[in-house]
Formats: sequence, structure tokens, C-alpha cells
Amino acid sequence: MTDTTALLEVRDLAVYFRGAAGVARAVDGVSFFVDKGETVALVGESGSGKSVTALSLLRLIDPPGRIEPGSVIRFEGTDLLALDEERMRQLRGRRIAMVFQEPMTALNPVFTVGDQVAEVARIHEGASRADAWKRAVQMLARTGIADAERRARDYPHQLSGGMRQRVLLAMALLLSPALVIADEPTTALDDTIQAQILDLLRTLQQETGSAVLLITHDFGVVAEMAQRVLVMYGGQVVEAAPVRTLFAAPAHPYTAGLLRAMPRIGSRRTRLDAIPGTVPPATAWPSGCRFRDRCAHEWEKCASEAPVPIEVAPGHVARCHLVSDPARRAAANLAGAPT
Amino acid sequence: MSDASTALVRARDLTRHFAVGGGLFRKPSNPIRAVDGVSLDIARGETLALVGESGSGKTTTGRMLLHLERPTSGTVTFDGTDLASLDAKSMRALRRRMQLVFQDPFGSLNPRMTIGDTVKEGLLIHHLAEGAAADARTRALLDEVGLRPEWADRYPHEFSGGQRQRVGIARALSVGPDFIVLDEPVSALDVSVQAQVINLLMELQRQRSLTYLFIAHDLSVVEHMADRVAVMYLGRIVELATRDAIFAEPLHPYTQALRSAVPVADPNVRARRIVLAGEPPSPANPPSGCPFHPRCHHPAKDESCARLVPPLEEKAPGRLVACFKQPPSSVSWEAQQAAGGTRAPTLHLPVLATDARPA
Repeated sequence: MTDTTALLEVRDLAVYFRGAAGVARAVDGVSFFVDKGETVALVGESGSGKSVTALSLLRLIDPPGRIEPGSVIRFEGTDLLALDEERMRQLRGRRIAMVFQEPMTALNPVFTVGDQVAEVARIHEGASRADAWKRAVQMLARTGIADAERRARDYPHQLSGGMRQRVLLAMALLLSPALVIADEPTTALDDTIQAQILDLLRTLQQETGSAVLLITHDFGVVAEMAQRVLVMYGGQVVEAAPVRTLFAAPAHPYTAGLLRAMPRIGSRRTRLDAIPGTVPPATAWPSGCRFRDRCAHEWEKCASEAPVPIEVAPGHVARCHLVSDPARRAAANLAGAPT
Repeated sequence: MSDASTALVRARDLTRHFAVGGGLFRKPSNPIRAVDGVSLDIARGETLALVGESGSGKTTTGRMLLHLERPTSGTVTFDGTDLASLDAKSMRALRRRMQLVFQDPFGSLNPRMTIGDTVKEGLLIHHLAEGAAADARTRALLDEVGLRPEWADRYPHEFSGGQRQRVGIARALSVGPDFIVLDEPVSALDVSVQAQVINLLMELQRQRSLTYLFIAHDLSVVEHMADRVAVMYLGRIVELATRDAIFAEPLHPYTQALRSAVPVADPNVRARRIVLAGEPPSPANPPSGCPFHPRCHHPAKDESCARLVPPLEEKAPGRLVACFKQPPSSVSWEAQQAAGGTRAPTLHLPVLATDARPA
């Protein structure tokens, strides 16, 4: 970890929701960093805590959810959890921007898309109405919207899903933020449109130099976009590695299981290697390792002792007892690609 | 297209138009042609995948095959019987043999019914079992789809998405169907659970000799499950072929683009992508001629593509493609020239293989 240069550093982040069903430990001891300009993928299934992690970076957790004491979020050297609400608001959109999955709900239906992009410049930079509009139209054109001058006067419902996602990218990247958090930005889109939007995100990122924290469940998207990957399960990061390492030599059985469970064009099998069971609710993680009841390699230690993150190799960390037990690890023979 | 004797489901020239607009002071605009002349055969025991993007008409096609939606024109034949010829009573009897599994395992189950009652309902309606016998059949069905029989008294909200999808499958199986339309059955599920449900569907097909129409947009799942694949664009089938042919050598320019857009889950390769221009047009206002021509990348694309509607025709045994720029075609070069064509048809097979990704 390079504390001095990391753009974003998250340490021991915990977000709990207290309700009638008990305490849901949605995020529970998450640590990671994002460097300037890099793309880090945050991967996991529903209920893994990846979206709650993203929202907590912007301090957008509403009661009964709470970021627990002891959590640290450091961004450009500033402790975000110590900022007052006014300074946090200035930061959102300007230095950290967010792109959501569902562009229809993320846009205001009663304002034109041009107004909504222009508003970003007016709020954060005090640009005049005319100047902000001009910048909005330029930015919309940069996202590949043809005839941007006219399209800027359209309302969100007049645009297709792919175009609305371009508008969101225009809003997010208008002020060249240091970090863009993109939460499943292409999940709602068709494949050919997804390809366009991912290309666009890459291009804009090169122009602005922004880092991207890309939240996704799709390993195809991960392989195409990310330099590093964080895999979440049970509210924790269970594995972190450079992208090629993660695909070639996953160290956590959950990562290996996900990679083997997905169908891949060109390597057909009679059966997919499914991971048995389902993600348990956040109110009832198993004791010890949270993945153990779905794991093929469980032994006594997994129930009695919660694994801590252990370094597999420089830059590669996994939260699994196998890492510190070479004999068992060799026997488990974790492989990402189906054999 | 398969032989008439083996086709369980047969559709001919299906169209479905929806009236839009209109009202007290407005004239109705052009109808939306959601499905525009679809013909296909599904052989007994096979899985035919129907692939396309949102708005391509795949779900409407699936619903018409089940007669849940009436075609505007065209016919559906099930096991030799023209569905339009049936009265309500005969249709009800036939309904038992054709079932639907929905995409959304949350919205498709009645939240106030136990999962046991949901599965049992079909048995009772079709008088297949009653009383203790129906309960026993229900428990056996839950067991068959990988749910514990003692869960029959629980309600849908107590189950995860994958478990609810198993309930939906058990409900479809309860009446002993021959044919099931699977409408995006795994799209809403997480990767690990998706694999479980795919395995279950394929096992059930083997054990019960089921025939599937598998509606999907995820090509990697399609390659895993399908025997043949039909690709739809703007209400029409643009390509229909065996799975191996479609994935090894897609012939229609749209299939080629769709195939190339699938992200490759391997960081060591970078896909060679055909990036389509623009957005899919609206079915309310489809382009003239070939519906794909405004976005097409075929090197021989010319004015004739905007004027002539390409027929879905055989390019090789069992390979149907709607593109007269991919030879051979019944639309002769002379006919294309007469329609303003300036570029002679030429076989276009873009390399879809992947390049090594720079480190």
C-alpha cells in the first residue's frame, strides 16, 4: 500500500444497518486503495456489499444505516468522515462523481438533459447560465451524442437508454473529477450499446485522467476495463489482485468458483461448475469464514477462526486460510478457467 | 428448417402490430410492428434460442407461440394443430402441454400463496391430481427442482431469487408440458446461482424430453444451452442456424456485431469489436428496405439496401440469412442495381478472433 500517493484509501470500513431483524453488517472491515488514473473493479454478487461500499465513499448512507466508528475514508489526503456536510457537498460531483446503473431514475424527468449537465457547472464553478449551457453542449458532443445542440433540449424520456447513460457520463466527467464511481453503468444496456458505453468511458477517462472505481458483476467487463480487481463477499473484500493474476491464479475459492461458474463462448461443457447455495442475509453471516458453507474446501479452522487478509504475492491479497496452508492449497487446485 | 414431421412448434409469417397514439383529438399513428413476418420450426427435444436486443420482438414472438397473445396475422401450429382453429375449451386442454417461465422471479409469483399452493394450482386446474395425491406430486416436483419438499408451506419472500426461479420452473413442470418458453430465465440471477439454474434446466430437458424456446440476450448462456439460434432485429429474424455455425461464422452483419460485442472474460485478449453506429431504430418508425441498413458495416452496403427488403433465405444447408449482400441470394445483382445498387455482393466475414492485449 502506498499511503502517500493513493488517491483514495479506505481502511476498516464498516456500514451496519440496525433493524428489527437484527444488525445487518452490510460492509464489515473493508480496506482498499485506488491510485490516480487507474481503473479498479469492485466485483461481487447481490448482497456482497459492493453498492453500499460505493455509497459510503460519498457518505450517502441513510439511517438506519451508519458508517461505524473506526472506519477511515481518505481521499486526496482528506479524511472524508471528518468533513462537515457543506464541504462534502462541494466534493461530490466536483472531485468524486458517481454514475448509476439506471439512467432513467438518476436523471430528473422535468428538466432537459442539457440543463442537468449545465447545472453541474453552475453549482460547482459558478458558471453563468450561457457559459454553462455552452459547456454542457460541448460535453454532450464529446460523449458521442449526434446533434448535441438539439439533443440538449430533450427531456430524459425522449432519449434511449444508451443515450441517457451518455448524458450521465457527461455530467460525471464535466469537471474532470479525480475519481468516478460507476455502479453497474452498463448492466441495463444491450450488449452492442454496452460496448459503445465502455469504449466511451475509456476514452473520457484518458482525456480527464480520472480514476474509476467500476462496480460490476460481469467478469467480461472486468477483464476489458480494469487494472486491478477487488472481489467482495459477505461484506468483505475476500480477494484483491491485478487483473491478470486474478484470472490466471485466483487464491480465494469464491473467486475461482465465480470464474468457473460462468459460461464462456468457445469452451462449452455439459455442466457448469455452479457454486452451491446462496449468499446468506447480512444479519446472519456464518461464524469464521463467511463463505465456508458454500466452499468445497472447508475444514475445522474455517468455522472456528475468521480468516484475515493474507498476502499471496506482492499486490495480491486473499482472505482465506488456504493461503497460509500450502499443502491444502495445492490439493484444492484452484483454477479460474474450467478444465 | 426442420422437417414437418419432427417440428413440435411451427410458426408461419407471424406478425404482431400494436396501435399507438390516437385518442379523442389525434389520429392514430403508424402501428408498431413488434413482430413482422416471423417463421420458424422448433423440433421435438431441441432448444431454439431467440436472441436479440430490447425491442427486437423476441418476447412477443414467444407469447404468440403460446397463444398468450394473438398474432395480427400468421399461424402457429402445435403438434400439428393450428392454434387459431381451437375453441376455448380445446385451447385450455392444449395449454397444459405448453408453459412459460418468466424472467422476473420476484414479480411472477403470487406473494400471498405458499410456494406449494403455487405449484399445485396447475395440477388442480387441469384435474391432474387432487387431495393427498396432489400434495405428494407437489412435494415431488419441489424435490425435482432442488427445493426441499418441507418448504411447501413457505411464502415467496422467504426465498432467494434463484430459489424463486426454481419455484417458477416447478410450476411450469407441474402440468407435464412438452414445450416451455423460457423468457430470460437466468438474466436476473447472480453468476453462481445462474449456473445452478442453467444446469437444472438442461437436466430437466434430458430427463423429460422437453422442447425449449429460450429467449435470451446473453450470448455466452445461449452458446451453452442452445441447439439452434434465431437472431431477431426489429421484429424480424435476420439469421437462423445451428449454434456452432452462428458462433463460428456469423453471416448476417448484425449477428457479427452482436457476437463481437460480448465482453471477453480474459484480460490477455482484446476483442476485435464491430462498433455499430447509432442506436437501434424504433419499431414505430422502422427504416425502409433492410431494417439494419442504417447501422450496417457490410462493405457492399449501398442504396439498394434501403430500397429492397432482404428475404430470409438459405445460404448453406440449414443456414438462413436475411442479407442479399452475402451471396448467394435470390435477389440478383441486376435486381439490386435496378434498385440503385452500386456495390456488388461479396462475402464479408470479419475476423472475430481476438488480439493479444498489450501488457
